[in-house]
Amino acid sequence: MSARQPVPPSATARLSVAVRHRLGAFRLDAGFSAESGITALFGRSGSGKTSLVNVIAGLIRPDEGRIDIDGRILVDTAAGIFVPPHRRRIGYVFQDARLFPHLAVRNNLLYGRWFAGAAGRRDDFDRVVEMLGIGHLLDRRPSLLSGGERQRVAIGRALLSVPRVLLMDEPLASLDPGRKAEILPYIERLRDEAGVPIVYVSHAIDEVARLAGTVVLLAGGQVLAAGAPERVLGRVDLEPLSGTDEAGAVLDARVLREDDGFGLAELETRAGRVFVPASGLTAGRSVRLRIRARDVMLAADRPQGISALNILAGQVASVGAAHGAAVDVQVDCGGALLVARITRRSAAQMNLAAGTPVFAVVKSVSFAS
Amino acid sequence: MLGLSDEELTAVRLSLVVAGWATAGSLPVAVLVALVLGRCRFPGVGLLNGLVLLPLILPPVVTGYLLLLLFGRRGAIGTFLAEYLGIVFAFRWTGAALAAGVMGFPLMVRAIRLSVEAVDRRLEAAAGTLGASPVWVFLTVTLPLMLPGIVAGAILCFAKAMGEFGATITFVSSIPGETQTLPSAIYALTQVPGGDAGALRLTLVSVAIALLALLASEWLARRAGRRIGLQ
Repeated sequence: MSARQPVPPSATARLSVAVRHRLGAFRLDAGFSAESGITALFGRSGSGKTSLVNVIAGLIRPDEGRIDIDGRILVDTAAGIFVPPHRRRIGYVFQDARLFPHLAVRNNLLYGRWFAGAAGRRDDFDRVVEMLGIGHLLDRRPSLLSGGERQRVAIGRALLSVPRVLLMDEPLASLDPGRKAEILPYIERLRDEAGVPIVYVSHAIDEVARLAGTVVLLAGGQVLAAGAPERVLGRVDLEPLSGTDEAGAVLDARVLREDDGFGLAELETRAGRVFVPASGLTAGRSVRLRIRARDVMLAADRPQGISALNILAGQVASVGAAHGAAVDVQVDCGGALLVARITRRSAAQMNLAAGTPVFAVVKSVSFAS
Repeated sequence: MLGLSDEELTAVRLSLVVAGWATAGSLPVAVLVALVLGRCRFPGVGLLNGLVLLPLILPPVVTGYLLLLLFGRRGAIGTFLAEYLGIVFAFRWTGAALAAGVMGFPLMVRAIRLSVEAVDRRLEAAAGTLGASPVWVFLTVTLPLMLPGIVAGAILCFAKAMGEFGATITFVSSIPGETQTLPSAIYALTQVPGGDAGALRLTLVSVAIALLALLASEWLARRAGRRIGLQ
């Protein structure tokens, strides 16, 4: 059976979902498709992210809809098809890990593998244990693990069940920033090495910006936008939809020079050249930058004699809805969309409207990866 | 041994056999009933719960008499079982085990039901996503997590069965070597002149067995609790 073979990284494994479901007063009416890599379901709490992954896993039976993975139909209400959870081969990493308390870590890891009929594949086990750095935990009970360790074991357990798709429901939400930083690299390795499409639920824009290849923006049970992170996360109406006050842009960049002699690295982006403090960047490497809206000023003419190094030319793409005294302005710089949070007063004085040429003065840039 | 007469020794041995069978026979039914009571919501669930608890509330003599009516030689169920399966309860040690099992059943169900309700159903959902069918989920997750309650319930039932008197003597009388268990032997000894010494010896045996059962239950419960990570 082909499902027992590990999916090669080049496989175009695909998941497609289109479902409708009522949960009390809440209505879920959403659809998306996912390829290899990470697809993030992004939105504020209560937007239906977890319900949607529960529908994919088979823990919720949708009123209407269709789900298929690699051409295999899991749900088709019109045809009366509903594959029960244990026959779906979907790995699910829960927010609360849900390790079996009566089994040692090793047997937790082997649990799903046994049902997948892959028990003889010793090399697979060693590889996953090594990738997640949990070799020293194998004989412990889950109750003796830290939150971060628990979550890594949960990821390993799901992965070893040889899933066609991996669902991760806010796997970092219950961890403090230190533990998060400890796990993020493992999830990146998973994305790059495991070759399984991952559906990653999160309301943290940093995680989404760092990990996702595709972002699906959910609000009120519906998909409002789906696409590349720089498109979806740069929307000026993102804040009310996602509940984040971290509105900003995501920019893919390539390192041109490691050090310009002043300790800064020079990066190339679609918006133009950008200088950032060099910290272990090697030339040629691809990185993802995040520029927060509140770190961007706008100027009508190119500013002279100013300390800011990163000044990008562009034109206003759209002016968002006002909130309080502030307004978010989306600026198109060579196809890349930056967002600037300025006062309404400035926007009026500068006569900003779609098409107005402006210069974006970037005060600070952070790395998403 | 311990200065016990053959008759007294027989009563001790019979009591252990009766209590053992009563516990073993009740266990699967009690797990099933506890699962139904702990998990299912249907109109008759309150009635079932009341029926299970009935022997706890009724005078034991009443329970014994009901058993006699149902499982006696002319009882509705007793006739059927004797005719088609060759199982006879009336005035046999099997009847003593049945009476002891019925009396211990409510205690067992209550202990197991508590553990059923304590099982985290989210763990069962997780097992399902890992490929375990409902039957496997029950065997590999639900049952192991219920173990402390099952152990506690079994010990309670065993202890109750060892001490059961009223229902047993009403249902199967007190026939030495067949249905005369420890309590009925002690009672019989107190009714005859010069029986005091024998009654005291059997009383000491009873105390010893009860203490051992208690210690065993503590130890088993702690072990089972550690196994499922309750510290």
